[in-house]
Amino acid sequence: MVMEIVCPAGTPAALRAAVKAGAHTIYCGFADETNARNFPGLNFDRVEMRDSVAFAHQHGSKVLVAINTFPRAGDEAIWHRAVADAESCGADAVILADAGLLDYAARHHPNLRRHLSVQAAAANADMVNFYAETFGVKRVVLPRVLSVPEIAAINAETEVETEVFVFGGLCVMAEGRCSLSSYATGRSPNMNGVCSPASHVEYHDHNGVLDAQLGGYTIHRAQKGDAAPYPTLCKGCFSAGEKTDHLFEDPVSLNAEQLIPQLQKAGVTALKIEGRQRSRSYVTQVVRNFREAVDALEDGRPMPQGMLARLSEGQAMTTGAYKKTWR
Amino acid sequence: MSQTSVSVPRCPPLLAVPLRAVPLAPLSASLTAFSRRIATSHPGLYRRLGDYANTPFVIDPTDLPLVILLHPGNGKPTITLTRRPVEGAARIAGPLAALLGLVHGGFDGDALFFSRDLVIEGDTSASLALRNAIDDAELDLSEELLNLTGPLAAPVHRALLLLERRTGLYLTRPEEAAW
Ligand code: SF4
Repeated sequence: MVMEIVCPAGTPAALRAAVKAGAHTIYCGFADETNARNFPGLNFDRVEMRDSVAFAHQHGSKVLVAINTFPRAGDEAIWHRAVADAESCGADAVILADAGLLDYAARHHPNLRRHLSVQAAAANADMVNFYAETFGVKRVVLPRVLSVPEIAAINAETEVETEVFVFGGLCVMAEGRCSLSSYATGRSPNMNGVCSPASHVEYHDHNGVLDAQLGGYTIHRAQKGDAAPYPTLCKGCFSAGEKTDHLFEDPVSLNAEQLIPQLQKAGVTALKIEGRQRSRSYVTQVVRNFREAVDALEDGRPMPQGMLARLSEGQAMTTGAYKKTWR
Repeated sequence: MSQTSVSVPRCPPLLAVPLRAVPLAPLSASLTAFSRRIATSHPGLYRRLGDYANTPFVIDPTDLPLVILLHPGNGKPTITLTRRPVEGAARIAGPLAALLGLVHGGFDGDALFFSRDLVIEGDTSASLALRNAIDDAELDLSEELLNLTGPLAAPVHRALLLLERRTGLYLTRPEEAAW
């Protein structure tokens, strides 16, 4: 069976672009703190969600709604409402991270398919099976810390579908467990849906030398002519002991395009593209590229060579943990 | 890891140089009227701007001898062209081709930023909101212009397409984005 391309959409226009470019499935979220891409000018209100789901269905694509932040104590109703609204908008599934919210969805919306978000960081078969048995989760988005053999080992021990990231911004921690952004800005992906939020970002250009700051800290300095980075904390340049370097991760994006055949052999069902904060131009180019790749694989043709480097952070790409040798 | 760069054309001097002498006040008034038409036909654009619907933006086409000050005015925008440095909450600077490519969905904003074809200063959040709102609006400035040209629409359209081909500037929404 052809591998499923799961594509991001930050706006209804990006969703339409994804459908047109051949995405089998699109994931998106409501314009509030219930989704982990709560950026200015992005996401869907309820009417836009209903219309967009209808549009996708008309053209044979599915829509997944990410409600993947962790409900704040006392404010759980906001997250409960999001689940109910996703169902009434016709979503094909919700992507959830919080065990309490999964439990709520399983009890109150049993017919709404549940996927486990990468934010839940389910990184072994026991955990995957626990979510499936306890909350009826049908698919798990695996964290970006696993190698291909580790993914194969998980799939060998579970019936649950697995989805893995193949392209886009790289979060290098076991997701949902990173406090770097909270430390520097008071806002985190887990609670507010933003890592290294734009509201705390400032760029200063000194005669071509670009300082990228987050919360007043200079995270990166790009020399004249070098690619500009977004000051995501884990991809900053830090001094520790004698060393000044990108201590956690280089400012690079994930591109596992050439690993698709191996991922298929490892039993992966769906390939996920990161980038709900990106434009419809990005969505079109990346989806076309990956659709072509999975179609080629299905037909036994050679994999096309990618043209996606210029879309990447730092204009540089890595296969991430799939082939990782840690520092 | 692999690296490549985005290639963004520069505005031809034949278009840029006359702007050194053109009186800016009437041009500003026309652009204000034009932007208000767009605001009326794309109310979603201002909804997406949210908290930034009244934030002044400086748009600096670096290959033109002028700077654009955009006051979104909560859906009643004002555009002021100036040749002097101006202040705004956020400044977005880059070649005219990059800015038009962003408006028409031909380029990806982050890719232009990574390659440093686009420079963002000031309130980054405001710049992102503007970029995302414009990307969602699926604008086609030529189409908006043609709506104003009445019986001249067909020849003006042909002239715009010719200009687009000759200069490499995105003057219309590319085919794949228009759906
Ligand atoms: S700082 Fe890096 S590792 Fe931490 S949440 Fe953000 S992207 Fe992920």
